[in-house]
Amino acid sequence: MANVSYVRKTMLPEKAPPVTSSGVLGWIRENLFSTPLNVILTLLSAGFAFYVLASILPWIFQSSWTAGSLGECREVIKATYGPDAHGACWAVIRERYLQLIFGFYPAELYWRPILAFVLALVALAPVLFSGLPRQMMRFSAVAPFLVPWLLWGGTFWVPLMVIAGIAVGVIAYNLLSRTVGSLAGIIAAGVLPVLWWIFVTSPLASGLQSIIPLGIEAIPSRSFGGFLLSITIGLVAITASLPIGIVLALGRQSDLLIVKTLCVGFIEFIRGVPLITLLFVASVLLNYFLPPGTDFDIIVRVMIMVTLFASAYMAEVVRGGLAALPSGQYEAADALGLDYWKSQRLIIMPQALKISIPGIVSTFISVFKDTTLVSIIGLLDPLGLSKAIRADVNWNGIVWELYGFIAFVFFIFCFSMSRYSMYLERKLQTGHR
Amino acid sequence: MSELAVSREVDRSKMTISDEVAIQIIEMNKWYGTFHVLRDINLTVNRGERIVIAGPSGSGKSTLIRCINRLEEHQAGKIIIDGTELTSDLKNIDKIRSEVGMVFQHFNLFPHLTILENCTLAPIWVRKVPKKEAEETAMHFLEKVKIPEQALKYPGQLSGGQQQRVAIARSLCMRPRIMLFDEPTSALDPEMIKEVLDTMIELAEEGMTMLCVTHEMGFARQVANRVIFMDQGQIVEQNEPEEFFNNPKSDRTKLFLSQILGH
Repeated sequence: MANVSYVRKTMLPEKAPPVTSSGVLGWIRENLFSTPLNVILTLLSAGFAFYVLASILPWIFQSSWTAGSLGECREVIKATYGPDAHGACWAVIRERYLQLIFGFYPAELYWRPILAFVLALVALAPVLFSGLPRQMMRFSAVAPFLVPWLLWGGTFWVPLMVIAGIAVGVIAYNLLSRTVGSLAGIIAAGVLPVLWWIFVTSPLASGLQSIIPLGIEAIPSRSFGGFLLSITIGLVAITASLPIGIVLALGRQSDLLIVKTLCVGFIEFIRGVPLITLLFVASVLLNYFLPPGTDFDIIVRVMIMVTLFASAYMAEVVRGGLAALPSGQYEAADALGLDYWKSQRLIIMPQALKISIPGIVSTFISVFKDTTLVSIIGLLDPLGLSKAIRADVNWNGIVWELYGFIAFVFFIFCFSMSRYSMYLERKLQTGHR
Repeated sequence: MSELAVSREVDRSKMTISDEVAIQIIEMNKWYGTFHVLRDINLTVNRGERIVIAGPSGSGKSTLIRCINRLEEHQAGKIIIDGTELTSDLKNIDKIRSEVGMVFQHFNLFPHLTILENCTLAPIWVRKVPKKEAEETAMHFLEKVKIPEQALKYPGQLSGGQQQRVAIARSLCMRPRIMLFDEPTSALDPEMIKEVLDTMIELAEEGMTMLCVTHEMGFARQVANRVIFMDQGQIVEQNEPEEFFNNPKSDRTKLFLSQILGH
């Protein structure tokens, strides 16, 4: 039997890693040319990438920015780059980009959507980046009323009356929860503002307008189009669907049978129906149900439908995050004496939402892209406009340039959202559990 | 199981048991579905008592202490804590929970909050203590469990033993009158068990009422004034630690002790 006794005399110091696994050369050898199969795959991929770029890049850059029609474009390209050249006709974008962005919004009022967009960004900034001063949140609370008024115009009394509706809800809750009970308070706080908005807001606003005129030129919804329309619908659906989705997810986990049944029913119904169906309901069917003469704006109807659609998906994403939390977190919160709402707000939701960030942002991105479906019910979003532009005799037959430009703009928005979600995940990373 | 992880002499000067009743459990029964997990539990705990609950796995000992702050609901019998009966009344439940501290096997710290925030959260939101005061209290207890320097780190950056000591400090910040420990050392590496037990001993030395589910028989011998042995949802035997270990009465207890102390 060998002697198994061994005692280490000196502890080993740290050493630098071998050169082959560090530096640029090391990286290339490690990742691209480590085995014969990898060498072949690397060369094939490089060849493929070269082939694709070699076909697309000339088309993008051997182009014309100045022609007045598709035919003129082709002549210019042939004259400049030779008879076999196929180039993009970006002139159509140059001529129509304002229409693709603003739709048929009056040109002299372009400052309003631009200002609204900037204000929306300013309002979103403190929500997205926690480093900004918290006082900016005050503006974020006002912006949801200010921005729509800037876009649609009309009397300033409407946003004021909408805010008043919220005040009605708060007052009703305070009065009833003290005198009758908290349940009655919650119901009143939910129902009264809606009744106020439907029946009181518009007559009262027009009454006040006739006494004290205060407003800007009203723009009808049919003037909205292009990216203005996509961003408006997308932004509303995105910002509204997250809170609604959280409430639905909590409702689905609730012990209260009626709440749970309602939430499950809503989620499963909405998820079981294609968005296009909901959009048709919004554009056609709703008119049969509403009292005759009701002027219920088509864009608002679409926004409600898209929001409901996104909320159902959001609820399931958030539920996934809730299910991923270890039950010990609920127990620890309970054991410390936190009530249901406090433990949800302080312990459960911050963690569940963090887990769900990739799913939440995926839903955001897909909702934003789904806004292009509104072209099917006749709204002129960028895709709808591209059809309208092709109907112009000068641009008859132009396809790739328009779709390429629209895709590029969508990509910028969606890619930003995706990068933001990665930033957020990194920021919220607090070590493994 | 380590026979004696506790190395120092325990100071018993403040370990006094008063006549005041802290917890009274009368004819308590609980079922999981049709499985009768706790059967006719009767237990009275006076203030200042340090009780160790031992027993084989599945004997209902964790369920018993989880019933005391209603993490589990009992279906029959009564549980009275400091004169307040545990019913489905949410107000009573929250009141009792804020008076009864609990330490879990898997620590259950909140991973998205720093150590300090973990400790100040409940005092600020439940007790409505001003933030500054809550932080001072938290630092006081973090010093007591000997990790004040970790206050600004996140739980994921700490070792298991440190996390468990934070969990104890977090409970203490609510100034509880009763502490429940649910296998506090079972998920720890052997090297870290001692630091957690030392913290628990200090707590006992200050006269805290403690109910402890644990397999640390050394701790039971040195700190407990009563050991309760459970099997199949029932209290099989209870006695003072010396008697319990040296002279067990029931066959089930003898078998259990021979198995955990056998090697």
